[in-house]
Amino acid sequence: MFPSRFDLVVAQTVAEAVEAKVDAGEGGRFLAGGQSLIPMMKMRVAFPETLIDINRIGGLDAIERSNGHLQVGALVRHADVVASDSTFGAIAAAAPWVADPLVRNRGTMCGSVAHCDPEGDWNSVLLATGAEVIAHGPGGERSISIADFVDGAFTSTLGEDELVVGLRIPVPSGRSGGAYLKLERKIGDYATVAVASHLELDDSGGISTAGLALTSVNPINTKVADAEALLVGQQPSDELFAEAAELAAAAAEPRDDVRGTAAWKRQVVRTYTKRGLAAAAQQAEGS
Amino acid sequence: MAAPTTPAEIGGIGHSVQRKEDARLIEGQGNFLDDIDLPSTLHMAILRSPLAHARINGIDSEAAMALDGVLAVVTGDLMDQHGLAWMPTLSGDTQAVLATDKVRYQGQEVAAVIATDPYIATDALELIEVDYEDLPPITTPQQSLEEGAALIRDEKEGQTDNLAYTWETGDKGATEEAFAQADRVVTLETHYPRSHPAPLETCGIVADVNSVTGQATIYMTSQAPHAHRTLFAMVAGLPEQNIRIVSPDIGGGFGNKVPIYPGYVVATAASLLIGQPVKWVESRTENLISTGFARDYYMKGELAVTDEGRILGLRVNMLSDQGAFYSDAQPTQFRAGLFHVVTGSYDFPAAHIDCKGAFTNKAPGGVAYRCSFRITEASYLIERLVQNAAYEVGIDPAEMRLRNFIQPEQFPYETATGFVYDSGDYPTALRTALDEVGYEDLRREQAEARAEGRLIGIGIAHFTEAVGAGPSRTYDIAGLKMIDSAELRVHPTGKAILKLGVKTQGQGHETTFAQIVAEVLGIPAIDIKVEHGDTDHTPYGLGTYASRSTPVGGAATAVVARKLADKSKKIAAHLLEAADEDIELASGVFSVAGSPDRSVTIQDVALAAYTNLPEGMEYGLEDVTYYDPPNLTYPYGSYIVVVEVDPDTGVWQVQRMVALDDCGVRINPMIVEGQICGGLTEGFAMSAMQWITFDEDGNCIGANFMDYLVPTAWETPKFELLATEVPSPHHPIGAKGVGESATVGSPAAFVNAVIDAVAHLGVRNIDMPVLPDRVWAAIDEAS
Repeated sequence: MFPSRFDLVVAQTVAEAVEAKVDAGEGGRFLAGGQSLIPMMKMRVAFPETLIDINRIGGLDAIERSNGHLQVGALVRHADVVASDSTFGAIAAAAPWVADPLVRNRGTMCGSVAHCDPEGDWNSVLLATGAEVIAHGPGGERSISIADFVDGAFTSTLGEDELVVGLRIPVPSGRSGGAYLKLERKIGDYATVAVASHLELDDSGGISTAGLALTSVNPINTKVADAEALLVGQQPSDELFAEAAELAAAAAEPRDDVRGTAAWKRQVVRTYTKRGLAAAAQQAEGS
Repeated sequence: MAAPTTPAEIGGIGHSVQRKEDARLIEGQGNFLDDIDLPSTLHMAILRSPLAHARINGIDSEAAMALDGVLAVVTGDLMDQHGLAWMPTLSGDTQAVLATDKVRYQGQEVAAVIATDPYIATDALELIEVDYEDLPPITTPQQSLEEGAALIRDEKEGQTDNLAYTWETGDKGATEEAFAQADRVVTLETHYPRSHPAPLETCGIVADVNSVTGQATIYMTSQAPHAHRTLFAMVAGLPEQNIRIVSPDIGGGFGNKVPIYPGYVVATAASLLIGQPVKWVESRTENLISTGFARDYYMKGELAVTDEGRILGLRVNMLSDQGAFYSDAQPTQFRAGLFHVVTGSYDFPAAHIDCKGAFTNKAPGGVAYRCSFRITEASYLIERLVQNAAYEVGIDPAEMRLRNFIQPEQFPYETATGFVYDSGDYPTALRTALDEVGYEDLRREQAEARAEGRLIGIGIAHFTEAVGAGPSRTYDIAGLKMIDSAELRVHPTGKAILKLGVKTQGQGHETTFAQIVAEVLGIPAIDIKVEHGDTDHTPYGLGTYASRSTPVGGAATAVVARKLADKSKKIAAHLLEAADEDIELASGVFSVAGSPDRSVTIQDVALAAYTNLPEGMEYGLEDVTYYDPPNLTYPYGSYIVVVEVDPDTGVWQVQRMVALDDCGVRINPMIVEGQICGGLTEGFAMSAMQWITFDEDGNCIGANFMDYLVPTAWETPKFELLATEVPSPHHPIGAKGVGESATVGSPAAFVNAVIDAVAHLGVRNIDMPVLPDRVWAAIDEAS
């Protein structure tokens, strides 16, 4: 497992990193935790000519609440998310399910988001919670809603010379709950199927905001908008969740592969949606 | 279990002595193959076929040769000029070293680059152009044996189809008679899928051939360094005295490091031609896609039973997928290894086993992955069959076993296929395990859970293994008898060095073999250095695999220690001025019978062996023993697994796993338990998640640890271990092999547990790995 030759630029500031990327052109790649990129290089499926290491840039390693949002910097490792007491609901539920402890110690949440692997966990969670991605390019900073950011398998709408510098996730102000149910074959495996659920309740106990997204069952992390629309304005109930689960199952177009048959995966989506929404509702009711 | 006879400071048999090897391994002071860094070492990388079946019309290596740092691009044609394009396998077939005519599986070796560093060698691989002409890939043995299937081994003289071998054993007529008398016949068709031993350290070699002296020092990840030396001499025609194989610390073998792989041959040839050391270490993917796989048996078993649940006979048809070359690493005259131990732990008179193997466009191998030559497949089949028979007859699966067990008084017991089991008490083992797990309560809980719509299953496996190959009348590898050896030298200060023909890959030989000597001579185990793995410095032996080290090498160690004890007694008699026959030895103290105050220690005797001997005795205290075992040893165990199945998803979780093992006398109980936990984990892996499969084009799915799953502590169930101890009557210290028992015995227990959870729905089979989608589909289909 020997990668091909590459140059290394160690950036000290975001501006330096972006400038290095402009200089490197198409052959440049940002390196944060490297938990996807380095294995791809070792297997020679990625051949960056220049790696731009952003790990020395100051100020990108904070995870904190600010202005009603959870802000996550580009150097926040998955393990930091697991350990943080600023997280909530589906974010807190998903963090321990990302990869394995070794990968979580090194890999970053922003890196995983930018990678747009449809089998990655975070983009489903962000789709369910309505997050924004903060990108920094030659022209400055901009914010992109996660639904607009995720464009396809391993593709985002990030500009060629833009660096993801952070995430902004709205923190619910009232009662809320979330879940991330993931079926994996072993620790560290990608999801065979995973379902992210997010519910906010109004004063009467009705659902005011609903988020539901699926991992690994389509070529892209999938927001189940029709199920979300169905849930909003209703009182939580097993019947309601079963109905939402049917919509989620219908939104899944999984493939037969070594992880299992498509029919079964759809059944897992159905089951995990029911269970995830019930867990989210229970957490919200108790909050 | 029997209490130790030596005090803890001596640490003989029965003491859980801490592993001597651990400190150096844990503190990073091990010396693994890739740590070996000789001056002027060159690095080799192998170009492998991306296709499963294709003709090679040409190889253009000009651009690769032109790359700075590349010394050579070795192709099959170049190897052919030295008569090394093909090599013999351990099963009497031939295997391509570098492909000359066709590639026959994805990952097959096509060319090798020798360069000054491994990065350049890997860069150069991308510059080699191979002109492939696609041929139809054959990916199943069934497809392979169809009329008109493309001929995979077209180079092989006389080979007109894809049949690799046929083999049958047992008494066909008696078996037919048994089936005629049966009230019912229980049938199970199941596939034991292809898996891979996947040791954490991959295979590798540093070949260092001195161009002036011809001395070839070959460092390699070898479970059998002596056998490999002889095979190198035979295949490459090198004089054997010039070959020194050094097997350094090994990071796991599990059978994967028994065969000789093409990379070893190419690296050695390259070092010989270039005159510099050549190093080759496989990547993870190379290890998984090209080196010895295991299993891949399609089995149909039929059990003739009476309405009372008595087994009358067994019929088995087996079809094995051998891959492109028949290269099973197995030392018997039996084409399917020891698969005919499939009669298991049961007393019935008739069995007939009919086997054939087919070539396919898959990697060759057929190594015994933590298994004594196909016993895993056999044990799995009989334990699944007996469980299903219980359902069909309508009696409890535990009761079914108790009614058919070989009884303690029947040992030595000759099975219907000719094995002579040495010792055992199966009913006590099973009953002890049943009591521990609380079997009757569990059956009640299972019934109550079912009423609530929950699915609980209780699976049993009672396996009998046949390990310790093997008696010279039956076992050999390439004609080499499967003896093993021990050489023991006691120094003047009473410390000792023990040299072994076997070679540890993590089993703890440096500790346990010292304990055997400590038991006999009373030299503290800590004072005995164990050396192994270097063929220039150890006596001949066939190596470590198939749980044979303790049954064969351990026996040799006990025998050589006893030889030295005999000589020591004579020296003690001389020192004590007593008659030889009056000397008694216990825990390193020689005393005169009837006068225990008149004594000398083994340390006194050791010094005397070099300073003060009786008249006419030769100086020194050392000897060597080559041991030819009179029989195999037959460890056994009763495993019980409790699972709960999620009916909505098919996901199953292990609630309990009780494992009782009887491996005779336990030299180091802690190490035995460690071995059992490791084996249970691998058995769990195979039943739950682990397999290598292929798509219809012959692409290997399972080429890295993302797709080939090795369980971590997170997934692995908690194991509750129990033991009984019925010694082997023919082994010098009563020990049996144990390293593989748990891998052999446990898959059936896990699978039986899942089947048991859904058996009331009529489910009788789910193939391994028992993936949740398969469970869900089985439930769905049944209900």
